[in-house]
Amino acid sequence: MSALLWIAAGLVGMFAVAWAGRWAGQKATGNAPRFRDMPLAVAFGYVAAVVALVGVLIGYVNAYSADPAIANKYFFLWVAVNGLVIFGIAGWLFRLLGRSVGSAATRKLFRQMPLTASFGILVIILYAILAIFAGVIAPYGQSEILGAANVIPGGNPAVGGDPAYPLGTDQIGRDILSRLIYGAQNTVGIAFVTTLIAFVLGGTFGFIAALVGGWVDQLLSRMVDVLMAIPSLIFSLLLMTIASVWADGEKGLLTLYMILIIAVIDSTRVFRLARAVGSGIVVMDYIEAARLRGEGIRWIMFREILPNATAPLLAEFGLRFCFVFLTIASLSFLGVGIQPPLADWGTMVRDLAPFINFAAFAPLVATAPLMAAGAIALLTVAVNFVVDWMLHKSSGLKE
Amino acid sequence: MSRLLTIKDLWIEGRSDEQWNPIINGASLHLDKGEVLGLIGESGAGKSTLGLAAMGFVRDGVRISKGSVDFDGVDLTKASADKKRKLLGSRIAYVAQSAAASFNPAHRLIDQHVEAPVQHGIRSRAESEADGIELYAKLRLPDPEHIGFRYPHQVSGGQLQRAMTAMAMACRPDLIIFDEPTTALDVTTQIEVLAAIREIVDQFGTAAIYITHDLAVVAQMADRIKVLLKGDEVEEADTRTMLTAPTEDYTKSLWAVRSFERPKKPAVPADQTPLVSIRNVSAAYGTAKVLDDVSFDIHPGRTVAVVGESGSGKSTTARCITGLLPPIAGSIEFDGNPLAPDYRKRSKDQLRQVQMIYQMADTALNPRMSIGQIIARPVQFYMGLSGKALRARVDDLLEQIELPSDQYYHRLPSELSGGQKQRIGIARALAAEPRMIICDEVTSALDQLVAEGILRLLARLQDELGLAYMFITHDLATVRAIADEVVVMQQGKVVEAGPKDDMFKPPHHPYTDLLLSSVPEMDPDWLTELLKERGVDNIGDAATAKM
Repeated sequence: MSALLWIAAGLVGMFAVAWAGRWAGQKATGNAPRFRDMPLAVAFGYVAAVVALVGVLIGYVNAYSADPAIANKYFFLWVAVNGLVIFGIAGWLFRLLGRSVGSAATRKLFRQMPLTASFGILVIILYAILAIFAGVIAPYGQSEILGAANVIPGGNPAVGGDPAYPLGTDQIGRDILSRLIYGAQNTVGIAFVTTLIAFVLGGTFGFIAALVGGWVDQLLSRMVDVLMAIPSLIFSLLLMTIASVWADGEKGLLTLYMILIIAVIDSTRVFRLARAVGSGIVVMDYIEAARLRGEGIRWIMFREILPNATAPLLAEFGLRFCFVFLTIASLSFLGVGIQPPLADWGTMVRDLAPFINFAAFAPLVATAPLMAAGAIALLTVAVNFVVDWMLHKSSGLKE
Repeated sequence: MSRLLTIKDLWIEGRSDEQWNPIINGASLHLDKGEVLGLIGESGAGKSTLGLAAMGFVRDGVRISKGSVDFDGVDLTKASADKKRKLLGSRIAYVAQSAAASFNPAHRLIDQHVEAPVQHGIRSRAESEADGIELYAKLRLPDPEHIGFRYPHQVSGGQLQRAMTAMAMACRPDLIIFDEPTTALDVTTQIEVLAAIREIVDQFGTAAIYITHDLAVVAQMADRIKVLLKGDEVEEADTRTMLTAPTEDYTKSLWAVRSFERPKKPAVPADQTPLVSIRNVSAAYGTAKVLDDVSFDIHPGRTVAVVGESGSGKSTTARCITGLLPPIAGSIEFDGNPLAPDYRKRSKDQLRQVQMIYQMADTALNPRMSIGQIIARPVQFYMGLSGKALRARVDDLLEQIELPSDQYYHRLPSELSGGQKQRIGIARALAAEPRMIICDEVTSALDQLVAEGILRLLARLQDELGLAYMFITHDLATVRAIADEVVVMQQGKVVEAGPKDDMFKPPHHPYTDLLLSSVPEMDPDWLTELLKERGVDNIGDAATAKM
């Protein structure tokens, strides 16, 4: 009861501060439109933001507390704040670099780029480098079983770490850092190929449906409806079970089946989008002009429609890539995706998941499964930042 | 008369390419109670921006950098959002160009009508509804008692525009801004709206700013006219003075546009085979018949203008000729040989012979292709040219449409003006080396000066290349300028056809007469006299009564 009272009092207090702040702003600036036309709700929003910021700051300071019980409680907040600041600075530096080197066009691109986008590009480049040069960068092999199992991340021998394994080792003694790096190669590479196939399939059939119309459109659309009617994760699980029988223990073949299954299931979403965007474009006069010229369906699809549909398709690509990626991770987590001993982020989360129970009193132990999860989250956020920026840019061009 | 609105030295800027660019450079205007000011200029002149600024409003990405807008003692550039909210809608109203796009399609007309008076607390809902019906009657909308209970899509364009004027009147404002309210309408419908607006403005003593690019329209509506050019004021004077004695060169050039006329061509020899012969063509969309037994010929090197209001079947005829809509009866012959009804069954050479130029150059050019690619494609496709020969041909074509290749080859359509885009459309048609070009309302989206340039270009190309044109238009000034023969269509039928001179001389078919008499003239008394002639009591039904 008293907690509720406290919350109510806090809210009232914040409203009072908001009102007073706005009044002070009006007086101080001589009724500038900024303060004059500010609704109370907006002023409250500013106050709430300040309160939240102060809360985070207090938590951050607490993380340095000498008492481990308090410090442990705020450990993940500390990681999040540090991560945000470090990534923010890295993104900013990267943008600065882009602004001063390269051709005039790329310099202009970087000048107009928001910080989120430069951060996203930086992360994607880093992941790409990691994935391509995994064999060179990773200190150990992905399935190499080393001496010590369950080494704590952080590399501090006092709490059970080992400087040789900066991110620790898993239950059977494989280096987590190496597995994370190889995981980039496996998970991201496979997700990228899968998304690409989904787009080629869905995009082509979507445009055909939009362009030809009639029974072709009906047939394709109804087939897609049928596929979409089945919940996708359960459907892919079902198909993967069948595929694992077909593959008969052949791991490479199973991975190929997985790529095709996810690509086909995800291409239905791409089909819907491509068909909707395409049918908006086929009614344009320039398509009519191309038809009357006698152009074939290939020219109309790839030269007239596709360039005008890139913005929404690209946005969908970013989003779809994340979904595919998460689907693969979930399938691996459930044990039918990428097969051990290949390193994969989803499998890593599953294997190390029990350690999450240590979070309250030994946060360093609990980070083991969170690192793979964090790698997934970081890429998802980065891709979405870049896609948002691209969308914004392409819609700005149209004006 | 007392002063209602004073705009003093107003500067407006818009943001693009990371900097603020001027849109209006120090405009000043004043408006007394009950006075109508006409704002004219070509597109991009800043008419609409100035009109909106008179309400203290600017669009996103635009700002007022200097100056004041004084409405009845309140400076709208500095007034608070609350204060403006009280004025807008109740004392200042706005009528947009496209009523169809401005009404909310999900609500009935009357529900949208009563919103402003109820919100502003001027009248109760029941009173507002009664008042709305009264206004509908005043604006001569058919069945005023019930029309308000329809949805926007259930009413015609002209009626919707009048309903919007009624809505603007709902609070009896002191000032209404009309932003091109009749531009999207046919001449016959335009008359109804113009008459309705003028009558209601007179009756309630409302002041108005009337924005348009059509001089003849502004001449009917305004007491005073102000001419704008690229954000600068050119001149301002009383309507009559402005029409008879413009002082600035730019104004004179605007006035002179309507004088373009091609010399008459000799009559077609009786034994000449027509290039395109449309024989008893009927066509339908689904079960709705849109063309009924249409026949006419188009001879080589001549221009046939097809006129009529929207829905008369002009564009459908073009779709039958190009094969996009196979006719349900009749045939189309090209150079004496029958054409397949469906374009997919025609040979590449047959497709090449007939080209089209579209009304909206924006949607007719692929926005992601460069000008060079757009023009090169037909050359490559039909003539099989490539490499240097292709580039040389494209350069030739660009030269023919008077755009230098070195400047335009690599540009995208979005980097061109409306008139330039239309020229690219012409070049793309020419690239196929056709014998006939169908021009579908090619000038109706353009300003008069630019449109005249396009007409002159088309005329020159016809003389040089011997092209035949089928010219679809609802603008009789264009017909007068460019046509050799005229076909008048109404409700899918040809009501009159013949050489141009015969068409502009009586006796006419009554429909031709209605069309001809509906074209606004520069004389400020024209509308008054026309209405007197048609009988003022039935403006709304003037069109039908005349039939």
